[in-house]
This record gives sequence, structure tokens and C-alpha cells, in this order.
Amino acid sequence: MTELDVATAAPPALTKLPLDALHRRLGARMAPFAGYDMPLQYEAGIVAETLHTRRRASLFDVSHMGQAILTGAGAARALESLAPADLVSLSPERTRYTQLLNENGGILDDLLVTGLPGVEERLLLVVNAARKQHDFALIAATLRQFDFNPLDRALLALQGPRAAAVLGALLPGAEDLAFMGWRAFDFGGAPLFVSRSGYTGEDGFELSLRAEHAEDLARLLLSHEDVAPAGLGARDALRLEAGLPLYGHDLDETTDPVEAGLGWSIGKRRRLEGGFPGFERIRRAFEQGPSRMRVGLLPQSKAPLREGAELYASDGETVGHVTSGGFSPTLQRPIAMGYVASNYANVDAPLSAPLRDKRVDVAVAALPFVAHRYFKSPVGKDAR
Amino acid sequence: MTDLRYSKDHEYVALHGDVATLGISDYAQSQLGDIVFIELPEVGKKVVKGKEIAVIESVKAASEVYSPLSGEVVEVNPELGETPALVNDDPLGRGWLVKLRVSDPGECASLMDDAAYSGFLKTL
Repeated sequence: MTELDVATAAPPALTKLPLDALHRRLGARMAPFAGYDMPLQYEAGIVAETLHTRRRASLFDVSHMGQAILTGAGAARALESLAPADLVSLSPERTRYTQLLNENGGILDDLLVTGLPGVEERLLLVVNAARKQHDFALIAATLRQFDFNPLDRALLALQGPRAAAVLGALLPGAEDLAFMGWRAFDFGGAPLFVSRSGYTGEDGFELSLRAEHAEDLARLLLSHEDVAPAGLGARDALRLEAGLPLYGHDLDETTDPVEAGLGWSIGKRRRLEGGFPGFERIRRAFEQGPSRMRVGLLPQSKAPLREGAELYASDGETVGHVTSGGFSPTLQRPIAMGYVASNYANVDAPLSAPLRDKRVDVAVAALPFVAHRYFKSPVGKDAR
Repeated sequence: MTDLRYSKDHEYVALHGDVATLGISDYAQSQLGDIVFIELPEVGKKVVKGKEIAVIESVKAASEVYSPLSGEVVEVNPELGETPALVNDDPLGRGWLVKLRVSDPGECASLMDDAAYSGFLKTL
């Protein structure tokens, strides 16, 4: 047998994660991703790992992602020249989602930006693994007057409804962080950055610390009866269920944030003032509506639709394509997302797609497929 | 267990008279991970050794199954429509895919027996 759409041959010179040995002891099946040898799944498998994340909590190693700090007075305003979020108003210990844009408003990468506490103005950036060299080169070259330092730190994600109780027992106060809040904790004398965020749609945390302390933290978390390891396969299933786009699949240099459904991440001031690459296209997309939109797709078949499949209107015209597709362990059915011409972006628009030698009906669906369960702080002021 | 013969693509056949039961090996199912859908051929379809006979969809990818023998499909596993995970749970038993009336039992000679397949897996 042959896998049709996943490369099985490992390219040369894969980088090992700091927790490589632990993953192998836990029975991980490793696979190449963005130049890293990553745990694709553990013995439980993608379906069980996905369901465990929705029911209890899972630990993911996402140390392949790029972390860096931009330092200097005016750093937030300067970064606004590359990204459309309102970063000047970003408070210390708060995180915002944004994108790096090209001159046409196309997305070069998506990233999280956190305001760090302290006298100096410092921003912590977390970018996609496959784009980090590109992003870091762009930022260093564009924002020359600032100090820009990539961080060599491990990044773990603890995700699921039990994550707050588990982490709070280890780091008192972590359970009180607001969604998209951030704080530095002490972990055995080492600084541990805790961000209440994630990529699963569940409540959870991303945990950044130096690689030599990462295994101790992972072992402590995994020793909790509610926590199991989960791999890249479950992470992809979870984010697709949660309707979250993946760079290189649902987002690329041809997609702008408005058609990608990310207009919410562009603050009001930025929509009016601009000052970021591609402002003209994005302003027009806000005013007139985008010509195409990212939507959820429900194939009316038992077989999943995969990335790249075209979408046809009832007259046979191609009106879009699938950018991510797979099987939802939570809903026990195929789900997908993709772009369709805006006049077909209404829920239940009747589309179809080729599946090998057949044609399957596809319904446009609202995203997310599985409702987000992010932590709502009691005062509610920090909701996104 | 009856006499199984394996291909290098990790399919197996068990020949009874001129009918072969075809499936994928335990190694193949473990490599695929959770199987969520299987596209099986129509009964009556003629298949040629080395050509696609089924498609297995796991959570992450679609994989083609190649027929290790030539012949005609006489039966497909009716349980797999509702329970494709049978191929994960019992690939050599209840997770069989297709029964073929083989046109040339001699084609079996090019397939591996258990010992040869075990040895082949060690080389991967």
C-alpha cells in the first residue's frame, strides 16, 4: 500500500526536539514536520488522543515553534508596520494573535505577540516552525533599530478541561490567568512562561522554558492521572474541529486576513489608520466584503475530503477548494475547511467535490465544528 | 491460522482453493493508525496483480491497497462499512477486505510466507 498524500521518506537532517528521548520512551511514532522529527501519535492513537484532550487534558510538545523577543522603546509600534493587530494598546502580560503580511495583504505567517512586563518595552513572539527562519530574517531586517533575539526554549502545550486544575496544583495562580493572559512563574529556580492559550479550542496553557528543564516539567504533568501525551496528529484534528486555520494549508501568501475569517484580529484603529502592508486590499475587503471566504465544509460522505479537492457549484463551475480535510474524532464524521466564492459562503450552500472517481455533496457549515471552551475569567474583561 | 502470503506493499492473501481472502498486515494497520473509512471494489470487478483494489482512509491520510493477485472480486467484507476499525483491531481475521477468485494461483509464488515477511519487516 502507498500513502497518497503524506511523505513517508524522512528528509535529511531532521532536528530533534529536546524531549525526543521521552517521546520515544512513551511509544511515539515519529514523523518529519517542518524539518523536525515530531511525535505524530503515541500508542493510544490520534482518535483516542483527540478525545482525551476534549475530556481531560493532553500534553503536546510544540518546541518546533519559533520563539523570540523584540526589545526597545517603540517595539510594538514598529511591529505594527508588519502586522495589522493593535499592538500599541497591548498591555503587559497579555497576548494577541496577528499575522505578518506582504505588500498585497497576503499572510506571510500568523503569530502570537505577548507584552512582557518590565521597564523596557519587550514583546515575546511565537511563530510557526516552518516559517521561523523567514519571519526572524524579515523582522531583524525591517526593525533594525531593535534588539531581536530568537529564544532557545522548549514549548509544551497542556490542553483540555482538566488543564487548569492540573497546572494550578503545580503552579498556584496559573488557574486564575485569563484567556490570552501571560505570566512568568518559577519552576525549580527556572523561569517558566505560562500563556493561557492554545490551538485546540479547549481551555489550556502554553508553557515555555529552557530545554534542560522541560523533561522535568513534562514528567510532572504526565504523572497526573488526567494527563496523557498527544501528538501532532491529534493537534491537527483538534484545530480543524475548532475551525482554527493552519499556516501553509488554510493561510498563505495569497490569502488575506479578512477572507481568512481573521478580521476580528485587526483592531478598529488599525482598520482606520492602516500603516501595515496590504492595507488597501484589506480596507477594501472590510468595506465591500471579501471575494471569497474561509468556511467549514461537511462532506455528505463517510470518506474524508482532503486538502486540494475542488468545490463545484450545482452548475459544475469551480467555486472554491478544500484547504484542510480529515476525520473528526469528536463528531465521528468527515470535516473540512476551505475557501469558496462569497456568494457560496452561506451555510448549507449545495456544493460538491470530486472524491476519486465519484462526486460527493458538500454542505457549507459554520465554524467551529466543535464549540470553543476557552476560560472565561469571572470579571469577563479579558475575553477576546 | 491458514497459510498467509504477503506482498512487499503489506497486503496479505490466504488462498482456499481458487478463492483468496485479501487484507492488510498487522504492520500496515499499525502504520496507518486509526482507520475511518474503506472504499471497497464492486463484486464482479476484475483486478490485476499490483493494481489498486481498495482505498483505506485513516485520520491523517488516504492509502491505496494493491491486489497481490489477479482475479475477480467475489465478496467484500460487509462489516467494514459500519466498522472500518475492524482492520485495526483484527487485520488478519474479521478485518479482511475482499475475496477474490484468482485467475492464476501460480502468482502466489512471488509472495512471501510468514517467515520471509517477518524478515522483510526487519529490513524496514
